[in-house]
Amino acid sequence: MIWLNAVIHGILLGGVYALLATGLSLMFGVMRIINLAHGSFALLGAYFAWLLTQHLGVSTYLALVGVIPAALVFGYAVQVTMFERSLRAGELVPLLTTFGLLIVIANLLEYFFSPDVHSLSPGSIGASSWDVSSTIQIPWFDVLVLGVAVGVLGGLQLLLTRTQLGRELRATASDPETAELVGVNARGVYARATAIAVATAALAGVFYAMRSTFDPSAGPSELIYAFEAVVIGGVGSLWGTLIGGIVLGVAQTVGAQIDVQYFALAGHVVFLVVLVARAIGQAAGLGFNFRSRFARPATA
Amino acid sequence: MTLLRLESIDSRHGLLQAVRDVSLEVDEGETLALVGANGAGKTTLLRTIAGAHRATGGRIVFDGADITRVRPHRRVRMGIALVPEGRKLFPQLTVAENLLVASAAGRAGPWNVDAVLEVFPLLRPLRSARAASLSGGEQQATAIGRALMTNPRLLLLDEVSLGLAPVVVESVYESLVHLVDRGTTLVLVEQDLGRALQVASRVACMLEGRIVLEGAAADVTREQVTEAYFGLAPAGGSR
Repeated sequence: MIWLNAVIHGILLGGVYALLATGLSLMFGVMRIINLAHGSFALLGAYFAWLLTQHLGVSTYLALVGVIPAALVFGYAVQVTMFERSLRAGELVPLLTTFGLLIVIANLLEYFFSPDVHSLSPGSIGASSWDVSSTIQIPWFDVLVLGVAVGVLGGLQLLLTRTQLGRELRATASDPETAELVGVNARGVYARATAIAVATAALAGVFYAMRSTFDPSAGPSELIYAFEAVVIGGVGSLWGTLIGGIVLGVAQTVGAQIDVQYFALAGHVVFLVVLVARAIGQAAGLGFNFRSRFARPATA
Repeated sequence: MTLLRLESIDSRHGLLQAVRDVSLEVDEGETLALVGANGAGKTTLLRTIAGAHRATGGRIVFDGADITRVRPHRRVRMGIALVPEGRKLFPQLTVAENLLVASAAGRAGPWNVDAVLEVFPLLRPLRSARAASLSGGEQQATAIGRALMTNPRLLLLDEVSLGLAPVVVESVYESLVHLVDRGTTLVLVEQDLGRALQVASRVACMLEGRIVLEGAAADVTREQVTEAYFGLAPAGGSR
């Protein structure tokens, strides 16, 4: 029963990772940008929510009403002013740009907020759980996070398959030049994709900050789990991201059940095993097309 | 009325100059056939007009506006559509989705998914088939339909009959006649000289990046075009 409890907690933890990984997956699927600053964007969301709760006295959930639109605007602006230019400069430049952003954001946060740890209040739901038996407890807050992750991923899936923006996103992901030739403003599509990605990052950051503490240097450590979730689930695949997050979460909690020290290690090991297995599969000719994952038909 | 005017257009692929000092006028409602051997610069010229390729010199004027520096999607919104060589469908999108993407152009007009399916009945049962699964003729029909979805004033067609069965080519050209009747201006690149002369009201022949022969389709003979095509006549002699 202890193991079942570990698996359940792992699945719920997977929700956090999936939420964090969604935007990473979206940006890579559409623009092939590996956004190293993704965890830092999540952190910015958390700090902005903290400011709103401190100065306006609103609850963390109400703060999201301000955080999400701000993140959309911020993401759009970052794409137009920075990523767009670096995309034109070659394949490695966007990677360097996001790496630079990561460092700038960490230092700015340290300057304005000090290196101290902060946390956000999850409200009364944070302490309540459903006690199934003496060994199995399901925290309601973790269920909420998983629900939000599923909702965000489902919403994105609907957006991609049922709307004009979704069709334009998938067309641009598969062939930006031809998309332009049929009237799609590829740069505009990129800007909107980044806006959505940053908004999901900020949302994930706020939920992450309600689960545990955060400080200005937490960006990269958040990023690594999101990155692993994306790779385990298959790059550019939305539901794969959820599965990747859950696999990672379960590996960590089950590992921690064996020995508390194995929490992070077990996750990294699973990630490496998947990576090696995929490399062997590719070498064996089981072709795996990274890019076209997003350009699926509506029936998929 | 002149719809499109090219003023000494130069276009290059790296060091290779594919289009040299091309000047050309296309009137509203006319059909111009661009002929010439492989590598003569026809595709590059069409791509330069559509904006997929940047002109290194000269000016492109469309409907009175200088569009030389305008981005491709804006040109589509002004009414220029290209059916690219090799069709370039979005392979993972369905036929209907491929058509609907082009409604991004936001131009009002008679064309919508139903109107396209009316002109290309072969696509009707394939609405939700992935473009990657289509035959060559079906792909070509979808590519033309996708261009039509933008309700173009000027339609640029690059080798629409390439790799298609003769029956399919016939039906593609029949649908083009419909377009001409509706007043759409066409510029088409065609290898089949007989067909080009039959559909077009005017012919321009390219050789090594230049236009070496230009005239009304009724006035030029096959022999003249053949000579220009292979560079047998003195270059520029007929202009």
